[in-house]
Amino acid sequence: MRFTPNMTPYLNGFPPESLQISSIDTIPEPPLNENYPFNKELQQVLYGKQILLENLLNPLNEIHQHFENGYISYRKGITKTKVKTVCARCGNKERSLFASFPCARCGEKECTYCRKCIMMGRVSECTPLFSWCGPEPVHERKEHPLVWAGTLSPGQQVASDQVKQAVIENKELLVWAVCGAGKTEVLFEGINAALAFGKRVCIATPRTDVVLELGPRLKAVFPGIQVAVLYGGSEDRHTQAPLTIATTHQLLRFYKAFDTVILDEVDAFPYTADESLQYAVRQSRKETSSMIYLTATPSQNWQNECHSGKRNFVTIPARYHRHPLPVPSFKWCGNWENSLKKDKLPSAVSQWIKKRLDNQKQCLLFFPKIDKMEKVLTILRKTYPKIQAVHAEDPDRKDKVQMMRNKEIPMLLTTTILERGVTFPNIDVAVLGAEDRIFTESALVQIAGRVGRSAQFPSGDITFFHYGKTGSMVKAQKQIIKMNTEAKKKGLIDY
Amino acid sequence: MSAVSWTTLWSRPKENHLCQTCIDKLPFIKGDTCSKCSRPFSIQDPQFRKADLCTDCLRWNQNPGWSGMFEKNISIFMYDDFMKETIARYKFRGDYIFAKAFSPFIREKLKTVEFDYLVPIPLSPQRLYERGFNQSAALIYEAGFTVMELLQRIHSEKQSKKSRFDRIHLNQVFEPLNLNIENRKIILIDDIYTTGSTLYHAAKVLKEGGAASVSSVTLARG
Ligand SMILES: [Zn+2]
Ligand SMILES: [Zn+2]
Ligand SMILES: [Zn+2]
Repeated sequence: MRFTPNMTPYLNGFPPESLQISSIDTIPEPPLNENYPFNKELQQVLYGKQILLENLLNPLNEIHQHFENGYISYRKGITKTKVKTVCARCGNKERSLFASFPCARCGEKECTYCRKCIMMGRVSECTPLFSWCGPEPVHERKEHPLVWAGTLSPGQQVASDQVKQAVIENKELLVWAVCGAGKTEVLFEGINAALAFGKRVCIATPRTDVVLELGPRLKAVFPGIQVAVLYGGSEDRHTQAPLTIATTHQLLRFYKAFDTVILDEVDAFPYTADESLQYAVRQSRKETSSMIYLTATPSQNWQNECHSGKRNFVTIPARYHRHPLPVPSFKWCGNWENSLKKDKLPSAVSQWIKKRLDNQKQCLLFFPKIDKMEKVLTILRKTYPKIQAVHAEDPDRKDKVQMMRNKEIPMLLTTTILERGVTFPNIDVAVLGAEDRIFTESALVQIAGRVGRSAQFPSGDITFFHYGKTGSMVKAQKQIIKMNTEAKKKGLIDY
Repeated sequence: MSAVSWTTLWSRPKENHLCQTCIDKLPFIKGDTCSKCSRPFSIQDPQFRKADLCTDCLRWNQNPGWSGMFEKNISIFMYDDFMKETIARYKFRGDYIFAKAFSPFIREKLKTVEFDYLVPIPLSPQRLYERGFNQSAALIYEAGFTVMELLQRIHSEKQSKKSRFDRIHLNQVFEPLNLNIENRKIILIDDIYTTGSTLYHAAKVLKEGGAASVSSVTLARG
């Protein structure tokens, strides 16, 4: 499509003076004509979204009339300057992720497109992104939509109050809650307040399994509220629900949509690694909005910002069950990779395992690399044939985790894939090769956080077997001890 | 500052749009194939082979309406999961860069055959607008050859006016653009050869328009 200088769009038969949208200096924003009888369906489809023409069923002239009357905005899909090219939908700036082609839609020989977000439909220099800039669709408001009979621990209560305040005052807040603190419940009051004000709320997380777990939980406590659950392959992707639960990736579809965005597991992959997901979160927020970050393990940078007063944060230093976090102990085990080459486990490690298996205590053993894990599996199976191992690409991953839950297997070997999310009620955990750089401070805190989760079995052993202590190991241990001290001081633990 | 200019620094080496990992995954057709359609016999039940032809080609050959219309098809790759995904991304998502990535292979193949014109399988105007490019024409263009548009799709409205019998049995989808192709050797280019139906229909129109021979070069044999 091309536009004439007065913004008339053409799909073909381009007048000579017409341009690709990327080549237009400033795209006009006509003032809102309040008497214009706008199409409510278009409003429903476009509000808070950024959509391509091919995803709209309405004829172009109807869309353009809405533009002229100030109800729809056109944005450049690709912005190009001499020094850089940027995709406005996904924020891609990486030169190698753009390509160009002789384009039948605009007639240019070199129409540049973004390869990064192409699975959502191609955005190129002649592609406008359509959004709604007219009035917000009205939706039913409920005075107190939360239906929840549970109670918060004192630690949760403090955090919950601050979340609520941040939501009302459109502020940013980091909730730094230890593994097992019960962070989801901490959101309920804040979401309740937002919904009562008629605000749109989104809970986003990098991980699909978290979306799948949160969906039913939130539907249960907000029974009168429409909840949209969005992840790759989910069905309801265009609903204008007051409460949305989505993977960060799905947020690429949104534009200035939410008054409150709650981002769970800010420090988890792929959010930290993929800049376009961070871009997606920014784009999905309204200009005036609140932002709540949740994590058990903020990055060093964020920790520094917290301590120097640059970042507004609240901690939940204790678990819901009022027992302290198990503190990791370090055990030097020599050059364990060399031992493995001789088909042997370091004796400290084999003793640790034997003690657990003899007493029928289930355990998890983390490894930095798959090949080392497979090697140990072969060695251990000679004595304990029922032991299993999992890694990210393992097609039987879910089954093996389930077998562990059912206590059908005594021990599970794993890569960092099980570092978060998974909980087994009564287990001991160890890391072999804790000195590896894959085990960052936050990975180690998360791994330690697998132990003692349930009120019935609130303690357990966590050991880091290493061939040389690292800064990450020390920082992880310090962080856990500090949380326990803080919890004790605040009277949040009894034992 | 050295003599290296910014333009040389920023321009990427030509051709090399595929990384080694992807090149290693390319399923080149090797070994015995049907002499007419490139179907690899190695992955085929022997009952579908009659001498050097596959049973599909035999059926086309035995039909008086079709025999002699189409010389042969040469495919470069097998249509395995990797190619399925790649071609879908190229054609349906419109990731044009794959035309550049595949161009060296198309160019290599074209060195082995004689031709006057390279002809893409046309798209309807709506389809062309949707995709932004014709995936067959792009393969020719990026391989460095002239795209010869000799065919167009028959309007679907025109199609629907025909009787049901005609639609099923004649099923004409293409009509010639009025260009002189008398005694020309023509090669059709397309992304996949599946049943052969598309290419046979295109070939027939060109043969009836006077072409000396019509063959095809396709990326994958489905
Ligand atoms: Zn274009
Ligand atoms: Zn993009
Ligand atoms: Zn054949």
